[in-house]
Amino acid sequence: MTTISGYNFAYLDEQTKRMIRRALLKAVAIPGHQIPFGSREMPLPYGWGTGGIQITAAILGADDVLKVIDQGADDTTNAVSIRRFFAKTAGVATTTRTDAATVIQTRHRIPEAPLTENQILVYQVPQPEPLVKLEPSRAETRRMHALAEYGAMHVRLYEDITRYGQVAISYDYPVMVNDRYLMAPSPIPAFDNPKLHQMPALQLFGAGREKRIYAIPPYTNVRSLDFEDHPFRAGRAPHACGLCGADTSYLDEVVVDNAGGRLFVCSDTDYCETRRDAGHVGEAA
Amino acid sequence: MTDDTLLSARGLNLRFGAIPALVDVAVDLWPGEVLAIVGESGSGKTTLLNVLSGRLRPDDGVVWYRDPSGRLHDVHAMPAPKLRALHRSDWGFVQQDPRSALRMGVSAGGNVGERLMAQGLRHYGSIREQAIDWLRQVEIDAARVDDMPRTFSGGMLQRLQIARTLVTHPRLVFMDEPTGGLDVSVQARLLDLIRSLVARLNIAAVLVTHDLAVARLLAHRIVVMQRGVVVEAGLTDQVLDDPQHAYTQLLVSSVLQA
Repeated sequence: MTTISGYNFAYLDEQTKRMIRRALLKAVAIPGHQIPFGSREMPLPYGWGTGGIQITAAILGADDVLKVIDQGADDTTNAVSIRRFFAKTAGVATTTRTDAATVIQTRHRIPEAPLTENQILVYQVPQPEPLVKLEPSRAETRRMHALAEYGAMHVRLYEDITRYGQVAISYDYPVMVNDRYLMAPSPIPAFDNPKLHQMPALQLFGAGREKRIYAIPPYTNVRSLDFEDHPFRAGRAPHACGLCGADTSYLDEVVVDNAGGRLFVCSDTDYCETRRDAGHVGEAA
Repeated sequence: MTDDTLLSARGLNLRFGAIPALVDVAVDLWPGEVLAIVGESGSGKTTLLNVLSGRLRPDDGVVWYRDPSGRLHDVHAMPAPKLRALHRSDWGFVQQDPRSALRMGVSAGGNVGERLMAQGLRHYGSIREQAIDWLRQVEIDAARVDDMPRTFSGGMLQRLQIARTLVTHPRLVFMDEPTGGLDVSVQARLLDLIRSLVARLNIAAVLVTHDLAVARLLAHRIVVMQRGVVVEAGLTDQVLDDPQHAYTQLLVSSVLQA
């Protein structure tokens, strides 16, 4: 794809990138702490990844290889558009292969393949404040973060166990970062939470509408909230992938006909393809 | 102030614009003692309670609190995290309107357990057990532990608030009109409950009330306020049976005899 002229490298002007990088440095220095930043208008609507796209623009170098996923898939509208956006405005190489990418922007998933120290994972975050449903005042939630007063979050877990017998948060499951800050991991499934812990790759989180950036540096402790007698459990559909037969990956449920037929497939399309290329075959393939 | 005074205030002054809310107020409280602050509406009772509990900063004066290890702390010079920790553990606050103190969208058990979880308890079974135990102590049926507070009556809500406050075994509880807005029979039952709990657990309490009968029943000592000034202080029976100050005499004589 040819790059277009008239734009600065990776769309944002250099001053804006500098401002975002400053926020990023601060965020990495205080793992899990939300840093305010001057979020810009981007050529896509709020909720489509304006926070993630600004971080990606600020960290992208000419020789980076970019991968963008949406719900694990490389071929959905959001992922295709953002990938094409940076191919055009920055001229960087793009890929769908997790192991070939140096920067991965993601919405709602962490890739199945383990990431390395040479990779950066950029999350799109709709709501950076984990306490928002418990405490509507931002002044008060900031105070709660400052004093590490997170009892209210456990009240929510208590209520879930009382009502449903287990914690019923299936995505955006709150975590403690570095034993200090309560953090919303963006709407990734709770299944992905264990991957946040001690990940070798740098993890950056951008919330465009809410104007917040936060980060988890490589090899940081990230613990999902739980009770001693109700430990955290990462749930997944109890099936194997219909295409590649994987029985440990996170699955999407696809309705395939009007007779109640269902197909369970890996939500991580690259993982699924890699396995099929290696000769793994699922029941529906 | 003696060696075992729990809470001690000296020279408290506070003005709201032209209105003097507290004028050179001094108060002492000893462990296990219930102190009632009485006076008419607007006399500065609740202001004094808020200043004593560190929620409101006085223009002048100091409030000392003695922690369990015997060290004295200036409540208003304490860093915010420490004061909030104190409010979560050693202290409790019972408000007049339980609806503003409770989480109405959280079950009774969750409400009682919140302070335990805020203190770092992370065992669901034991939190629930203590919640049930406390519901029993405030005479709420243990079977209602999973019910929402909105299904509770006014008197039950107030008892739930008391359970939620006492679950961490505070040494000092501040109560702002705990029986206000309840009908008389419910009031009597609640007063009886508070009296027995305070005596059994050896809790010190500062109680704000406009109702002299409540003060008579619960308090060991009484402080009478008028326009921000403490006009009379002493043992409850002494003050109420033999009031010395003209305003106290008026207060006592204006109580209807049933």
